[in-house]
Amino acid sequence: MLVPISWLDKYVDVKNENIDDIERKLIMTGSNTEGVDNMSDKFKKIIVGKITTIDNHPNADSLFVMKVDIKDEVLQIITSATNCSVGDIVPVAVNGAFIADGTKIKRGKLRGELSDGMLCSVEEMGFNKSVIPQKYIDGIFILRGDYKIGENVKVELPMDDPIIEFEITPNRPDCLSMLGMARETSATLNKELIMPDLTIKNEVDNIDDYISIEVKDNELCKRYAAKVIKNVEIKESPSWLQLLLMKAGVRPINNVVDITNFVMLEYGQPIHAFDLDTLEGNKIIVRTANDGEKITTLDEVERKLDATNLVICDAEKPVALAGIMGGENTEVKDTTKNLLIEVANFDSRNIRVSSKNLALRTEASARYEKGISPSIAEDAAKRVCNLIELLGAGEVVKGIIDIYPEEVKENEINVRASRVNKLIGFDLEADEMANILGKLNVKTTVDGDNITAIPPLYRLDLNTEIDFVEEIGRIYGYENIENTLPQGNSWGEKTYTQKLDSLAKEILFANGVSEITTYSFISPSTLNDLRISEESHLRRYVKIENPLGEEFSMMRTNLIANMLKVIKNNYNRKIEELSLFELGNIFIPKDIPVVELPYEKKRIVVGSYGDNETFYTTKGVLENFLDGMGIKDYTLLKEKNDNVFHPGKCATVWSDKKLLGSIGEVHPKTLANFDIEREVFVIDLDFDVVIEMANIDIKYEKIAKYPTIQRDIALLVKKEITHQEILDIINKNGGNNLESVSLFDIYEGKQIEEGYKSMAYNLTFRSKERTLKEKEVTKKYNAVISKLEEELEIKLR
Amino acid sequence: MEKILDIMFEKATNQIEKCSSLEELAEIKVKFLGRKGEVTEVLKKMGSLPVELKPIIGKKANIVRNKIENHIKEIEKMLEEKMLLKKLENEDIDVTIPGVKKEVGHQHPISKMIDELNQIFIGMGFMIAEGPEIETVYNNFDALNSPENHPSRSKSDTFYINDELLLRTQTSPVQIRTMKSQEPPIKIISPGRCFRFDELDATHSPMFHQIEGLVIDENITMADLKGTLDLVAKRVFGENTMTKFRPHDFPFTEPSAEVDVTCFKCGGKGCKFCSGNGWIEILGCGMVHPKVLEECGIDSEKYSGFAFGMGIDRIAMLKYEIDDIRVLFENDVRFLKQF
Repeated sequence: MLVPISWLDKYVDVKNENIDDIERKLIMTGSNTEGVDNMSDKFKKIIVGKITTIDNHPNADSLFVMKVDIKDEVLQIITSATNCSVGDIVPVAVNGAFIADGTKIKRGKLRGELSDGMLCSVEEMGFNKSVIPQKYIDGIFILRGDYKIGENVKVELPMDDPIIEFEITPNRPDCLSMLGMARETSATLNKELIMPDLTIKNEVDNIDDYISIEVKDNELCKRYAAKVIKNVEIKESPSWLQLLLMKAGVRPINNVVDITNFVMLEYGQPIHAFDLDTLEGNKIIVRTANDGEKITTLDEVERKLDATNLVICDAEKPVALAGIMGGENTEVKDTTKNLLIEVANFDSRNIRVSSKNLALRTEASARYEKGISPSIAEDAAKRVCNLIELLGAGEVVKGIIDIYPEEVKENEINVRASRVNKLIGFDLEADEMANILGKLNVKTTVDGDNITAIPPLYRLDLNTEIDFVEEIGRIYGYENIENTLPQGNSWGEKTYTQKLDSLAKEILFANGVSEITTYSFISPSTLNDLRISEESHLRRYVKIENPLGEEFSMMRTNLIANMLKVIKNNYNRKIEELSLFELGNIFIPKDIPVVELPYEKKRIVVGSYGDNETFYTTKGVLENFLDGMGIKDYTLLKEKNDNVFHPGKCATVWSDKKLLGSIGEVHPKTLANFDIEREVFVIDLDFDVVIEMANIDIKYEKIAKYPTIQRDIALLVKKEITHQEILDIINKNGGNNLESVSLFDIYEGKQIEEGYKSMAYNLTFRSKERTLKEKEVTKKYNAVISKLEEELEIKLR
Repeated sequence: MEKILDIMFEKATNQIEKCSSLEELAEIKVKFLGRKGEVTEVLKKMGSLPVELKPIIGKKANIVRNKIENHIKEIEKMLEEKMLLKKLENEDIDVTIPGVKKEVGHQHPISKMIDELNQIFIGMGFMIAEGPEIETVYNNFDALNSPENHPSRSKSDTFYINDELLLRTQTSPVQIRTMKSQEPPIKIISPGRCFRFDELDATHSPMFHQIEGLVIDENITMADLKGTLDLVAKRVFGENTMTKFRPHDFPFTEPSAEVDVTCFKCGGKGCKFCSGNGWIEILGCGMVHPKVLEECGIDSEKYSGFAFGMGIDRIAMLKYEIDDIRVLFENDVRFLKQF
């Protein structure tokens, strides 16, 4: 909402106030701004002048030599503009002036003739092209009105007129108007509000002889007021009106349209003017459209209607889409002689649906959608007539047709002063509150703690006690409310699960793994990239109905795809090594199509590559992670059938018969689908199971004080036998005093028979109660050896 | 005999003085004091001496022996010291050569920011509440008093799964869930992912993060809201930070406000960072609307409360001076390593 200060000044005396001060104070009572446009900063030394002669340029066909009177002197100015006549009042940029685009105007010669300045267009005075009247887009701005020659335009037009842009919140549609902002200004600055002049000096004939109006749907059309203007002369508006409209962001058209726009901006009430002579049967009927009925709107588009559209009709046909746009057939043209001025109130819901169905949103429809009080229609109609007279645009016909069957009534709301004090946290008397409400034109009577409040009819947002709490608070000023802290004891801490979240991340940080954050939605094509089989349940996913694009349409069912995408981006950027993780949700539908909320499960995924990364370094991270989470008891089972992973380098991770997840090298085909050309290792865990299995309850175990006895064994093992198989036999047969077993060497190649490998283990024996004897250790050692030989055909080397 | 001892002592002293290594010194020790050493030999011969000389020579021999012994010890100590010095000298290194590092992981700036905010709120007595990213229209809009025609509900603003389910546009549904499942007093924050129908550009992302807070108890006032958020702003942006509460409108709260903080770059004087006005908008807040309380089964006459919400990505971007939201989700390792 653009509010020029000179327009606001018509209702509240603000012209002598500091603009920054006004802006700041209004912000603090709830009218937030997007900024102030000081138009006059954009140019310098532009003076009002009058063209006294126009001659052809002696040396150029397309140029003219003009003499322009600027009171103290007469300047010779060369111009190519063709829209000027002798006697026109124009803005003149004199020698040394600056125009809005920053150009400095200097005295000079144009094709041999002296040019002592420049005549200005509207754009050169700082207006945006979109608000400049059609006729002035390529020409000089001809000033229409009583302007003093020789004066600076900043004062004379005026252009020294800051424009405040307000951000109007949805609860205050009444503020989408100059009067609305004037009321806020008046309440904020504690200044008197002056209402617009509604007097009509001279009225002729009787409206009933011109038109009759019938409203068939009083639900959708709450009020329909109309005035008739006769003997209209359509012409250009005076410059003061054009300038105000342009400053408020509206392009001037002609006197009648400009007046309706002016009153719309002033009151917030859309107004439509019909060419009265084009209405058949001297009749207006407001009704819903018949299915298939057609109208061509002012934008020259033929629109097919249905029963959701409310239409304004004459005796024969639709002539306007109610509250949205007028019809071409009854448009006001330069030749129009008589007008019907419509000031109506349409149901906001219907306008919203109607405008949505027609895909046609206009300034008027937007205002009806946001809500307008039916109470303002009559004043707005009178104001239009007042301005018609003021501009000499026509004669006002006596009488008003005003169909308003259910007049809105004033509403009484009880506001308890104690309640206001309790919610805001201050201590005001009921009378003080009533006084504040009075500034907002709320009528009040105070009875002890109770304030009976009657809000003005234009305030559609004041319906319950809490609405008044806000009004009292904001006008009192939030900055005047003391800061306190809530009373009472409460402590905060992370929940057990939240602590485990943090712990998991800390462990990974300590292992050199960095955290990433990726979107919760991803392309369904990643399911193919991951080579998830067609019939897999992992292909069931939650689909977004209105995604930003196909590539963001699937709620992720895994974290691996995003991880590989991030890895690919880093790989493309020549990052030599990385180790990353993400802890986030995946989404598993309960039903397809999705009806219920899906399962949201937390997973953690780690992805790494680099010259030193192997399956075993990644497994080291996994082991440190599980150990850190207190999951001591887990096993890895070889997994050959997970398409994501290399069939020879993948395992599932289990703890207490629960599947924790997978670890492996990513399958070369999967990598190729993600355009990654080096080995990538991934851990993918179900974090909910990790949390279930985690145990962070630490109990100290005494440090052993008796000495150890060590035994090394070097074994010749068939290639396919796994470490785990050997380990299980050693652990099973090593006795209670076998403290630990570690694999310290694996070797294949020279000196080792084809199909075999050498594996060397160190066994540590220790008792918690006593010093062990060599003999008993040797006994266990021998038992281990013989079992290894017996069960796995392993020989000592 | 006495003379022999004198000569011997002199000889020994000479050799000891000349000694340059511990090995040499050990040899000298054996040569003079060993079982077959020269001094020992003299003492062995004591038996053949006249009785009257025995005590004199014996005494002398012992003195010589002790002197040599002490001398050796002295030199030994000195040589040891010298050798250590030499060893340390040889071990001299260039301390300016880079250290050998063990790679550590880095926390993503958003989760770092969330942690920081969580800690601040935990310190002020808040618990952390969590909720799903896919929510019901009821929890995300209806229960929050969002008007049926509110633009934020449209499909050009919100991602929908179907007519009843959507991607939450704020973390406020967590507040609804909490109020419905828990009796007051309530004091929670809810950080998390949110989604809005915005194309990705330098300042917009279809996914972003929010942290919202909710306090419900008897006698909670707008003054408490102001005091709490003023404290939070000081904790997040520094002790000298000031706050400005501007009246605003949100369906979920009434009265409502937007909060600006003094620019932490210029301290409020106005700079490029704060577009010259000295203030930066960081959050929205207000007193929980009585309709919302009633909808969640909380007696709005007995209890009152406040709620607030702020964008984590935005705060992280301000704090770390990140000028493009896209880098947050690109996860370039060179970016991640800075945090």
